[in-house]
Amino acid sequence: MSGIGILVASLVFWVAAWFVNSRLALIHTRNRSVMTAVNLAIPLLFGLALLALWEGVTRGLNVPTVLLPPPSMIWERIVNSTAILWADFRQTYLKAVIAGYLLGCGSGFVVAILVDRSPFFKAGVMPVGNLVSALPIIGIAPIMVMWFGFDWPSKAAVVVVMTFFPMLVNTVAGLGAAGHMERDLMRTYASNYWQSLFKLRLPAAMPFIFNALKINSTLALIGAIVAEFFGTPIVGMGFRISAEVGRLNVDMVWAEIFVAALAGSLTYGLIALIERSVTFWHPSNRN
Amino acid sequence: MIRARILPVLTIVAAIIAIWYAAAVLLNAPFERDQARRAGSDIAFSQILTNTMAQERPVLPAPHQVAAEIWDTTVNKKITSKRSLVYHGWITLSATLLGFVMGTVLGILLAVGIVHSRVLDKSLMPWIITSQTIPILAIAPMIIVVLNSVGVTGLVPKALISTYLSFFPVAVGMVKGLRSPEAMHLDLMKTYNSSRSDVFWKLRWPSSVPFLFASMKVAIAISLVGAIVGELPTGAVAGLGARLLAGSYYGQTVQIWSALIAAAAMAAVLVTIVGMTGAWLNRRMGIREAAQ
Repeated sequence: MSGIGILVASLVFWVAAWFVNSRLALIHTRNRSVMTAVNLAIPLLFGLALLALWEGVTRGLNVPTVLLPPPSMIWERIVNSTAILWADFRQTYLKAVIAGYLLGCGSGFVVAILVDRSPFFKAGVMPVGNLVSALPIIGIAPIMVMWFGFDWPSKAAVVVVMTFFPMLVNTVAGLGAAGHMERDLMRTYASNYWQSLFKLRLPAAMPFIFNALKINSTLALIGAIVAEFFGTPIVGMGFRISAEVGRLNVDMVWAEIFVAALAGSLTYGLIALIERSVTFWHPSNRN
Repeated sequence: MIRARILPVLTIVAAIIAIWYAAAVLLNAPFERDQARRAGSDIAFSQILTNTMAQERPVLPAPHQVAAEIWDTTVNKKITSKRSLVYHGWITLSATLLGFVMGTVLGILLAVGIVHSRVLDKSLMPWIITSQTIPILAIAPMIIVVLNSVGVTGLVPKALISTYLSFFPVAVGMVKGLRSPEAMHLDLMKTYNSSRSDVFWKLRWPSSVPFLFASMKVAIAISLVGAIVGELPTGAVAGLGARLLAGSYYGQTVQIWSALIAAAAMAAVLVTIVGMTGAWLNRRMGIREAAQ
């Protein structure tokens, strides 16, 4: 098919998809499974139309692949270099991100429990923690690379620092979320500090803690990838991105971004699933 | 009131600085011991203590070394000099602000579209939420290099990264904000027979302002991160990110730390400005609680 033909075909598909979507969006039924299917179909169709348009514009107008490769070319690259992608994924995600994420979230949680016992510390830590959460912490990456070397521990260290503060701030806020009535009730039961912590305050803090876990899952991946821009062994997602960009192999860069996006959204989805089962009592999960 | 708030914060800050000094001694001491051993002499602990505070390329520079470096590179250098932190800071700041403004406008426009069109809402909103879970910053080097290869250099590519990062929080926050008017108020507007644009300008827009500023605080912080990361792949030419990269190439730890502190200060000032403007506007408009 000629270039213009592809372009026109993709435009026609786009218009048709838009038309179908505008019809689908008007559907109102009581049937919940139908409603779920419709609410899933609309964004899927939109995404598909966007992909078709991308393919059509890049092929139809002969956009240089350096500028924007068509999705089919990216997919081909993903299929052909699974070995490299897997090695990078293992280096960046399975080693640096997971180790850093667990350490950062864990230590943030423990420090929050400690800080919570003293109102004085709490009043001091909260403003500082909120401020630090807004700072460009990613900038410590070159320092961590100097301290911990080129391999994954330096990336994990960046992830630890990046995930620590959101966890700290959210957990401290969450520990204050239990109502006075419930706390008074625990006191009338003569429960000690640990009993009321485990039976009342921690469960009440769970929505906040999971909020931090979700924010941190994205931050961790960003931290590990950007830290690799400052020096790595010759494997890793951030290394591959910066190296292939330099050689103008843009399709490989997009393949890495696809893997990163997949890993990011799957992690987020997994945490959201766990959240639903842990905080089943929360109003946002009941209907 | 003030004492109850300020004193704990000051204590924490003092504790952080104390830990920093202790860590500087601890981390820099091995180098001093090594030097002494090579010279074949013994080194007293008091000597280590003073030496670790003033190394040329310390593992961890002491706070006063960083402060001195910042003072030296801001006040003592001409602001047009390539060694001036003000010069580099301004380059990063201008990209941040341009990207932030473009991202905020884009986010607001998108939110307005989503609130007023059911199709847009149903097809775009799930993707916007999914995109929050993607490490977008990873594509920063590609945007820079690709735009460089077609001849777009300087401020614009960095600002585009900041735009890209900052429009998500604004779009999500504004959708929430534009939908925040209660059904009662919307019904009241309907009884007045007001048009859609009237509902927008007189009810939806004013009630979304607290949400706008809450998400703008997130957006400006992330814009700065985008601008700094955007400066990395061009090979350390100018800007705070370039200072970080150049420092890491040449082992200039004091330079890295001073760029880092400058970036942190800039982020704190920007977030505070946005927050205070928001609080001031809320007060003027008679809105008591800021949106979360």
